[in-house]
Amino acid sequence: MELLIFYPIGTLCVFLALGVVLNKSPIGSAMCLIGMMLGLAAVFAIQHAHFIAILQVIIYAGAIMVLFMFVIMLLNLKGDDTVWKTREGNTLLTGLGAVLVVGILYKMTEITGGGEFDSPTPIQETFGTTVKVGTTLFTDFVLPFEVASILLLAAMIGAVVLAKSKMDD
Amino acid sequence: MLEQYIGAGIMLLVATAIACGMVLLTSILGPKHQFPDKMEPFECGESQLVSPRQRFSVKFYLVAVLFVLFDIEAVFFFPWAILFQRLGVFGLVEMFLFILILGVGLAYVWIRGGLDWE
Amino acid sequence: MEHIPSPTVDLVSLAPVLVLSVFAMMVLLVDLYVKRDKTLVIFISLVGLLMTAISAFAKFDLPVHSFNDSYVVDELSVFFIMIFTLSSALAILLSIDYNKREGIRMGEYYSLILLCTVGMILLASSTDMIMIFLGIEIVSICLYVLAGIRRSDPKSNEAALKYFLLGAFATGFLLYGMTLVYGATGTTKLGLIAELIREEQIASKPLMLMGIVLLIIGFGFKVASVPFHMWAPDVYHGAPTPVTAFMAVGPKAAAFAAFFRVFAEAMPVLSPSWESLLCIVAVLSMFIGNVGAIMQTNIKRLLAYSSVSHVGYILIAVIAKNSLGSSSLVFYMLAYAFMIFGAFGIVILIGRKENEMLEIADYSGLAYKHPLMAISMSVFLLSLGGMPPLAGFVAKFYIFSAAIKEGFVTLVVLAVLNSVISFYYYLKVIVYMYMKEPEGEFQISLAPMTVFVVVIAMVGTAGLGIFPDPILYFTQH
Repeated sequence: MELLIFYPIGTLCVFLALGVVLNKSPIGSAMCLIGMMLGLAAVFAIQHAHFIAILQVIIYAGAIMVLFMFVIMLLNLKGDDTVWKTREGNTLLTGLGAVLVVGILYKMTEITGGGEFDSPTPIQETFGTTVKVGTTLFTDFVLPFEVASILLLAAMIGAVVLAKSKMDD
Repeated sequence: MLEQYIGAGIMLLVATAIACGMVLLTSILGPKHQFPDKMEPFECGESQLVSPRQRFSVKFYLVAVLFVLFDIEAVFFFPWAILFQRLGVFGLVEMFLFILILGVGLAYVWIRGGLDWE
Repeated sequence: MEHIPSPTVDLVSLAPVLVLSVFAMMVLLVDLYVKRDKTLVIFISLVGLLMTAISAFAKFDLPVHSFNDSYVVDELSVFFIMIFTLSSALAILLSIDYNKREGIRMGEYYSLILLCTVGMILLASSTDMIMIFLGIEIVSICLYVLAGIRRSDPKSNEAALKYFLLGAFATGFLLYGMTLVYGATGTTKLGLIAELIREEQIASKPLMLMGIVLLIIGFGFKVASVPFHMWAPDVYHGAPTPVTAFMAVGPKAAAFAAFFRVFAEAMPVLSPSWESLLCIVAVLSMFIGNVGAIMQTNIKRLLAYSSVSHVGYILIAVIAKNSLGSSSLVFYMLAYAFMIFGAFGIVILIGRKENEMLEIADYSGLAYKHPLMAISMSVFLLSLGGMPPLAGFVAKFYIFSAAIKEGFVTLVVLAVLNSVISFYYYLKVIVYMYMKEPEGEFQISLAPMTVFVVVIAMVGTAGLGIFPDPILYFTQH
């Protein structure tokens, strides 16, 4: 039953992700990205990771996409600039890249195909709920939680230092 | 397992149906005269003065970045708020420290003029 | 509504992090109210680093594990904290005159260095992959900003942008690797992972292997090893020189500490699967770093490529994965700190306001005009090459003996061969200084703080080379 929901959403996500890469206009790419983020949120929800699903919507589909949109607008794309410019294809490099990708995929399937995967362990009823995530975050992972604030502080300083338009000194 | 999502599923369906239905209904029922003024982008009844495709000021970027940072900060409040009573004093102290560090960040951004428009 | 029991919090273990974070925030806020003269800010930063170094000794009976096994105070971390505080203090001292000369007046510079050091301490003391990730992110974000702090200089902008784009990409690899390892073991704690591997209770070996490969890519980028070194020359070149020196020592040492903890301490049993990969990376780093350095005409790029080759030598310590490996790792990083800060100190001294004098040709005839400076530069360069009796030689010697003990003879032979190659480009600079006619005028103003750093570096380089025993004793006990 879960698979019945997973496969359509998963396929949709893959196509939207392709849309991000192949879309001719940046705005179109960004729209596809939003769709893909929402699809991912749904996938998380199916996997009982409710809290992560919410985060996916709030942070990625919300905040980070706003940032992307701003950047697209900052770039001031006019007329034909609204279409991505691609570099002239270098056949040799493309060929080498393709060989590399095929090689990696082959090796990956070889490694994963040869191994044995245990059947997934059944998860508890409370897994992935906000209560459960919170309990772990505020007890076992209290140090990473506090350290995250230092990370955010560093990012804040960085944003002001690099992006503030007028620095008097 | 999936019963819990039935409500959300129905809501999604109804919302989609309403949205699509409205577009569909207006295109079926609405009058279809076309004249030049109607095709203009709407700007308070005036024809537009400048192209809307203007470069955004870089100031927006700083605002957006700060928004993302505080948004991430806010996310930590959800589980904390839910567990507030059960965590007791420890949770309070924890969150206080977290906010304190980010408060220093906010104070810095504020005094440095990161929130000023000019 | 049952109460959630509070976890035990060991603030004493965390003392260095706490002290330095408080000082970093203090510097940040104080800077808002001092306008031109940054002496007070610099003074607070240095006091903070000193206090941090002292507070690292707050715990006895090492190792002490705390925070549910995600943080550890052991000999390795204490020694690394010493290296970090030393390198950050030297970087700040180097910056004083440089920043005045180049017009870098942002006080955030100093708080970013302190915050970066906080990240490095966390990185070296963490035994939990989530903490390692957070540490790496704090360090990286501070470095991206520090690299681009000269906002009006296109080179600095290029450095920051390149570093950020590639760094963010590499962080993705690292995180993906961590997720796969978590998927295979069900835990992020390195101690538990080690236990599960020993008892062969990994849920899925393929996942684990793919995780390991991705971790190598992620860490490989952060320490600038070949083939993930492409960013290093451009970033080292574009960043302000004190930041370059800082980048080449502190964050690199921190990344190596985490590298060592993840691979040598948590996954020694799985070493057959990662050893050969790391060997390849190490050998490639040495060769490509050295060959790249030979072709450079810019001193900062030369030192960048030479640092890539040094990463190759240091990786041997991780591959050796014995206790001698960890002590030789810290010894090497300490010696490397002195050599690099000395060399970059001279680079800063030779530059002047309009012309930073970064071409190797600019060094022509330095020995005739400023013999002392030429001698010090030669000492640092020869030490980097591994000339006895200087620090670089002892450091390399200990790493190689750690590897020989584990039977990596071919690797060590290749490394020695590379040390010989590296003399070619170090000697090239020395030849310019001693055997060429001066091309232009040197206008050197001996900035007191920079000279002070060079003197410290000199004492360190010579001292560690001639009397390595006390430090070695300390690293091994």
